[in-house]
Amino acid sequence: MAARIQLPKDIRRGQVINVQILVQHPMESGYRLDADNRKVPKNAIRSFICRYNGEEIFRAEMSPGIAANPFLQFPTIAADSGELEFTWVDDAGERGAAKAPITVG
Amino acid sequence: MKRRRFLLATGGALGASLVPEALLAQAPPAFAQSADSEALVKAVTHGKAAQFGRVKLELPLLADNGNSVAMKVSVESPMTAEDHVKTLRLLSERNPEREMATFHLGPRSGRAEITSRVRLAGSQRVVALAEMSDGSYWMGTADVTVTLSACVDGTG
Repeated sequence: MAARIQLPKDIRRGQVINVQILVQHPMESGYRLDADNRKVPKNAIRSFICRYNGEEIFRAEMSPGIAANPFLQFPTIAADSGELEFTWVDDAGERGAAKAPITVG
Repeated sequence: MKRRRFLLATGGALGASLVPEALLAQAPPAFAQSADSEALVKAVTHGKAAQFGRVKLELPLLADNGNSVAMKVSVESPMTAEDHVKTLRLLSERNPEREMATFHLGPRSGRAEITSRVRLAGSQRVVALAEMSDGSYWMGTADVTVTLSACVDGTG
């Protein structure tokens, strides 16, 4: 499960920044039929967590009520330079992870 | 000239009186009653009532396609350790899963504002419900008319 992360360019300490992430995932509703007219099982990213240098700063529980290839934009206060770590798990139990370096000037 | 002026004057007046009606005729179909929103909210808050205000939910009035609708929700809050938004929920009146998403925020967020894209099974009222650190609940709603609903419940 691929993801694309976007952070602002010049980040200063104490600034509230918006973190943007787009995760590649179908977010299957469980009502869609496949080519053989069988129901595609429900499969959505249930849990999504973002950690900033190990500390949890954002968490989301989602459902098929979030569009396919979920896009999330959430704020956080820029503290130290380091790493943003994203992890998620879907209904099928499949886990995904992504990382992004953050430089605070 | 006199006749023209008369027509302009009366026509203008007539037009003005007709406009609200014309708008009413085009108004979106009756959205589910607010009682539904209340039931939705109370199911989540364990019976506690939510106050209207502080929460701003931005959705388009008209969505061509329910599969992906841009959504922005923000809450008026200082986001300090003493006073912040703990959770922010999106509740739907028509989706098979009433709780569309729950976002957990805290003082590290700095601001209570989330942007995402939602899936809507038809025209409905969407509720954004914020739980504050003091235990109070605040809500904001948005009515969306969906031309082509996301076929999430097999009926649309």
